[in-house]
Amino acid sequence: MTADARPLAAVPPERAPLRRRRAGRQRLVGRGLLYLVAALMALWVLLPVYMVTVTAFSPRDLVFLYPKSFIPVEISTDSLAFFANATGVIPALWRSVQVAIVTLIISMVIGAPAGYAIARFAFRGRNAYRLLILSTRAFPIVILSIPLAIAFIQWGIYDTIWAVALMHTALALPFTVLITSSIFVSVPRELEEAAQTLGSTPVGAFFKVVLPLALPGLAAAAIFTFVLSWNEVFAAVILTLRERTLPALVLTVLTQSPLPFRFAAAFFMLAPSLIVIFFIRKYLLGLWGRVVK
Amino acid sequence: MRSQRLGWAPYALLLPSLIYMAIFFAAPMLQSFGLAFQDQSGAWSTASIERMLRDAQFQRALFTTVALIVLIIPIQFALALAMALVINARLKASGLWLYVFALPLGVSELAAGIIWFNIFTERGWLNTILEGFGLVERPYIFLNPQEPFWLILAVVLAESWRATSIIMIILVAGLQSIPRDYLEAADVFGATTMQKVRRVILPLLRPSLQVALILRTILAFQVFATVIAIAGRGLTVLAAEAYRWYGDLRDVHVAAAYAGLILLLSIISTILFLWLLPTREEQLA
Repeated sequence: MTADARPLAAVPPERAPLRRRRAGRQRLVGRGLLYLVAALMALWVLLPVYMVTVTAFSPRDLVFLYPKSFIPVEISTDSLAFFANATGVIPALWRSVQVAIVTLIISMVIGAPAGYAIARFAFRGRNAYRLLILSTRAFPIVILSIPLAIAFIQWGIYDTIWAVALMHTALALPFTVLITSSIFVSVPRELEEAAQTLGSTPVGAFFKVVLPLALPGLAAAAIFTFVLSWNEVFAAVILTLRERTLPALVLTVLTQSPLPFRFAAAFFMLAPSLIVIFFIRKYLLGLWGRVVK
Repeated sequence: MRSQRLGWAPYALLLPSLIYMAIFFAAPMLQSFGLAFQDQSGAWSTASIERMLRDAQFQRALFTTVALIVLIIPIQFALALAMALVINARLKASGLWLYVFALPLGVSELAAGIIWFNIFTERGWLNTILEGFGLVERPYIFLNPQEPFWLILAVVLAESWRATSIIMIILVAGLQSIPRDYLEAADVFGATTMQKVRRVILPLLRPSLQVALILRTILAFQVFATVIAIAGRGLTVLAAEAYRWYGDLRDVHVAAAYAGLILLLSIISTILFLWLLPTREEQLA
């Protein structure tokens, strides 16, 4: 659209046909309006994040300050330290990391081969499988942690990181399959075939040619799985009792905890996701957009 | 083609994921219905379901859940469509706009709940702003169990803030697949922006809208931590009741009845969306 504006500008305004001049002005107004909408939307997203950050970085007594000040009165890590030193927070944080890592490993090990199969092979049942995986999204998977809890008690893994990780994997797996398949589709098949022509085995061609090319996309998918697990709270709170993950711990003590604890907790849970979304921003459209098709 | 030489290979690659989903998705799904149709002793009966239906919190939870969905979905789709159109217009620094709009994608339900609690709490940001404009004289207590209106509004805003990005991403991807020629053709015939949105963009965006609607509605039936973070026990929703019956009341059967109900409502709404917004078959595949 900016390219369209150039020929208009090249003609001196007074000599340009009236209709085109009006169209140009309308377009300029339209552009301005678009930037305004964009700015308002950005404000809507960023303002709440800014507000909680300011509150979380206030000293404990200033968390109760009213009226609030948009320019921080005093920046301190007092509230954050109070949260981090509260009973059980650090172990819960560590468990959350472990659960997320186990989840991303299992879902990649199981999901990526399936993604590769539907990306590269033409076989009977391919569409049925795709439809099956797509249809799992029509179910509230997290709710299934209630029946799963009974199975986990029988298996003796209830209230462990494994229980939560296995549930989170069920949640992440359909996405992993669809996302990895769209990543493998984007690696040219010709390169793989060339490697095989030059004497590589199919497995060798995969590891030497396909995997290095798919790696950045796969890393983005893995990071997203990590965030999915890091954020999940319903299954975590159902499947644990003492061995809480961070969101599960925060949820269970939330209503009895002082305000500085709550806001610091929100910041702790928020910060990793903000960073992660920044690193995978280039892949967001590929990750989520292509899942639709 | 390789599929002739290695006919078994794709099946071998799919098998682990199928086994996994059978154990951790299909089995518990059937089991949740099984559990719901048993009483505390494990005998088959509808006692647990009757207990759920008779429970004092049941109607409140169902009403709040449905009310939240009805309020959140239109707001989110309007916001997401506006964001997606802004991204698709290719403003300067479009990558930055996309990052900002997508930020809440990584924010958990629980964190979003606390973020909006921070705004609506008595000594919070909303009161600061309202007092700054002279609209209130002293801080107003919004989050008061006696006033479900404000509690619901706060949850609606928190959920709209958090989960709009996922819809936006799906819509942006859908917009990018609309051939530019169509919009240029509309330009040639002198269509206004609104006409282009209504006559060209929305009809072609239908498959993406349908997927986003289904995805979002299913997530909304599971709304849980946002409600607890903002309203405490002041509001209740279906998932919160499932948690209460499982955790506090130690009755896994009634909890499973709630899980089964959420499952049922999700399936019904999915069928409804597929039926109300039919798309051409090749777009579904």
